[in-house]
Parts: sequence; structure tokens; C-alpha cells
Amino acid sequence: MSDILKTLSDAMAETAERTGQSIVQVNARRRLPATGIIWSADGVIVTSHHVVETEDRIQIGLPGGQVVEGTLVGRDPSTDVAVIRTNANGLTVPAWAEASEVRVGHLALALGRPGDSVQATLGVVSAFSHSADEHKYFAQTDVVMYPGFSGGPLVNVTGQVIGMNSSALMRGVSLAVQTPSLKHVVDSLLQHGKIRRGYLGVGVQPAHLPAAAAEHLGQRSGALVVSVEENSPAEKAGLYMGDTIVALNDHRIEDMESLLSALGGAAVGEAANLKIVRAGQVHDLSVMIGERN
Amino acid sequence: MNQEVLSLLASLNADMANAIDRVHRSLVHISNGRGAGAGTIWHSDGLIVTNAHVVHGRHDLKVSLPDGRRLPARLLAADPDRDLAALSVDATDLPTIEIGDSRQVRPGQWVMAVGHPWGIQGSVTSGVVIGSGDALPEMRPGRDWIALSLHMRPGHSGGPLVDSQARLIGINTMITGPDVGFAIPVQTVKLFLKEALGSREIIV
Repeated sequence: MSDILKTLSDAMAETAERTGQSIVQVNARRRLPATGIIWSADGVIVTSHHVVETEDRIQIGLPGGQVVEGTLVGRDPSTDVAVIRTNANGLTVPAWAEASEVRVGHLALALGRPGDSVQATLGVVSAFSHSADEHKYFAQTDVVMYPGFSGGPLVNVTGQVIGMNSSALMRGVSLAVQTPSLKHVVDSLLQHGKIRRGYLGVGVQPAHLPAAAAEHLGQRSGALVVSVEENSPAEKAGLYMGDTIVALNDHRIEDMESLLSALGGAAVGEAANLKIVRAGQVHDLSVMIGERN
Repeated sequence: MNQEVLSLLASLNADMANAIDRVHRSLVHISNGRGAGAGTIWHSDGLIVTNAHVVHGRHDLKVSLPDGRRLPARLLAADPDRDLAALSVDATDLPTIEIGDSRQVRPGQWVMAVGHPWGIQGSVTSGVVIGSGDALPEMRPGRDWIALSLHMRPGHSGGPLVDSQARLIGINTMITGPDVGFAIPVQTVKLFLKEALGSREIIV
């Protein structure tokens, strides 16, 4: 008998134990406590939006057993992410996996701390998915979401965090918000207390492109501008009614949904390149992305 | 895929199968006239451990040994509260399971549960330990359990839960969902046997 199985078993238990040093208990709802991930050594905790029912006096159970109080910084229901700030210091942050290194079929552990000690379940990465808003990337797994596991990390076999687990994003499926999406959302919540989404100030409807432009651009439709709001980023950029938006930066715009999606991921307050078709000709405009309220 | 990886996977498979071979040698089938369950040979003189709910209130207990013999069994002790029972059969030199230490159980470690679900003899399901102790969600506090992420079914009741080296760490007892099972830690079994059988010097 070789000792591969024992080695594997020991390695998984060690991973659970080690990464467990970066996992906290989050007590912010009437029912069972949930789990959180230590985001920064100086006390920022990330957890699931749906497990946070109160905004202050949130009890955070640290890995060493100490309990500290936390306050909600912000939340994003669309990714089921909430950020909590505590006064704790010298916390252990986890290692984060590079999204490009995570593959379907990889073993993954879901870790939780609904009680005093860390708990673990094992599965594989089943699939990746992303929603219309380009900053929402999810990993689907077959790990068992034991009660209180929401807000805990999905980790690879070496203990690097692949994402944050939630049982509330989709019924009957274990989804994890992948690390890059999580970072985008958490950074925005920490800076602004909310998720900032881009704003142009135009009313649009999908429209077919003239044959020549369609052939030139390699797409059949765009977003036809039917109204431009006063003093909006669109007006300042020189966009007119009748223009058809066909691209925002590198994102092809073919309808309303693709424009919304591109704006969701656009950096507020930064210049972006708007490609339009006007009177059959393709033009480029520079637009300063505003913020949608 | 390179040869090294393939041989690693082959070794992993062999380790699992070898461990299960060892568990099968001391795995018994218990029929109680109406239903059935699994049990484990704890001592070579015929001491068998199982769940109390596998044997409750029945007097016509029959144990099928791994060597094919089917023997009547005597109920030595049963504790419905801890859901543990000790039986004996009239046999000697039986192969026993290696007793592990459930106090060393770690979340994330590999485990295998063996039993007879739907009458499939010696069927195995494997997974990891979720956690252990007396404060698990879903369970009444005050009693020690090992929570498991694997596909246990009712017929696994009374059967052994073993670690990667085929050492007994618990008795499969309960399921709370298709993917979550619970085992009574072997430490609780040792205490039960000590209390129930007292002076009989058969506890290892």
C-alpha cells in the first residue's frame, strides 16, 4: 500500500487548518451564524450579503476565539457580497488564486466557520459562468454548502482562495463569486460604500446597421440613440439623436443589454472610446463615463 | 497527461481499494428479521459493534460473517440514547478492524463509509470530514458527532467509517440530506463498551 491517499488526506486537512486562520464567524442574523473571509490585516471582513441582517454591532468570531464587533461598510445584492469593518488588527489574510489557473475539474474545498472551529467540504469545480454585467464571474461547484458556509472561501488544494461561496445566488447550486469579481466589488464598496455603475445619459433602442457599415464592422446591429439628456456625458461627448452606438472601448454593442453590460463594468470618471455610426460613416468619440444613481 | 500523474492516480485508486479490502474483512451484515444493517467485528472472539436502531427490540438477530457463515447473534448491550449496540456471535479468531482515534479527526481529511445500502453488500461512499464535536448545526448540542460530506444511505447504518488507512474512526448512524451524513465517534464507542461490558477484558 502506498501512502498517496494518506498524503492527500493530510494535505487537505492541513489546507483546511491553515486557510482556517483567515476565516471568521459572522453573527449578523437571527438564525445560524455564517462565515466570512479576512480581507485585510487591519480588520476588513468580506461575507455574503444575505447573511447580514443588521448593520452594526455585528459579532465577528476570530480564528483565535476572540470576538470583535463590526459595522457594515456596504453590500451588493447582485453578487451577494457584503463588507464589514472591525477594529481588529494583525489578522491573517489568505492567499488568492489567479483566476486563469482555476480549471473545470480541479478539486476544491469549501470552508466555513459557523461554529468555533473551521469546517470543510470537498468537491470539484463544475463550470464557470458570468452574467450580463461583465464584472460578475462565478465558479459553479458540487461542494456541499453545509449550514453556515455562505460567505466562506472556495479554496484550491494548496489553500489559495478561488472565490467566495454563496448558497443564495442560485437555488440548489453552489456558486462562488470568483476572486477578480470579488475584488472589484469589495474595492468599490470600500471606496464608495456602493457599486458604481457607468452612465452615459442616452435613451437607446436596438437597430439594424446599414449594409456597408455592418459589413465593415462585422456586426449587424447597434444601439440607436433616440434621446440625449441635457448636460449628460453623452451630450458633452457630442453624441446626437440618430447616432448608432456600436462599441464602448473593446465591447461590441449590439443592443440595450450589451450597452448596459459594458457600462456596468466601465470605470466611472474615466474617458472611454465610443464607436458610432453616423450617416453611414463610422466615427470615434471620447466620452467621460458618468455615474448612474 | 504524463506518466507520473497517471501513476499517482493509479496509486491513489490502489490505496482506496486496498483500504476497503481491509475494512471488508471485518464487515458483517446484520439481519433483524424485518430489516438489516451493517456492523463491524471489534474483537476476534465475536464482539460486534453496530447501531442500536439496527437491532432494537429484536431477538432473532442473525449475523453474516465475511467468510460466509451466518450465525445467530446475542445482544450484549444496547444504548438507544447513544444509538450503539454490542452483539456477540459464537466464533473465534475473527478478523478485526483496526481501531483509530476519533479525537484526531480533522476537517477536510479523507474518509470512507462502508455498509449495505439497498442490500448492496459492502458498498462504499467516500468524502471528507466536515467537522466534529458537540456543537454542529442540525444536531442537538451535548453529543459528539462527526459530520461527513459523502453519500451515505440508510443501509450504511451501523457500518464502519474509516480514515485513509482503514482505521475505524466512527459508526455510520444518520443522514440529514443526500450529501451529509453523521457518524458516532469511535471514542464514544469505546466508552459505551467500557460501561456496557465492564469487566470483560475485551476492550482494546
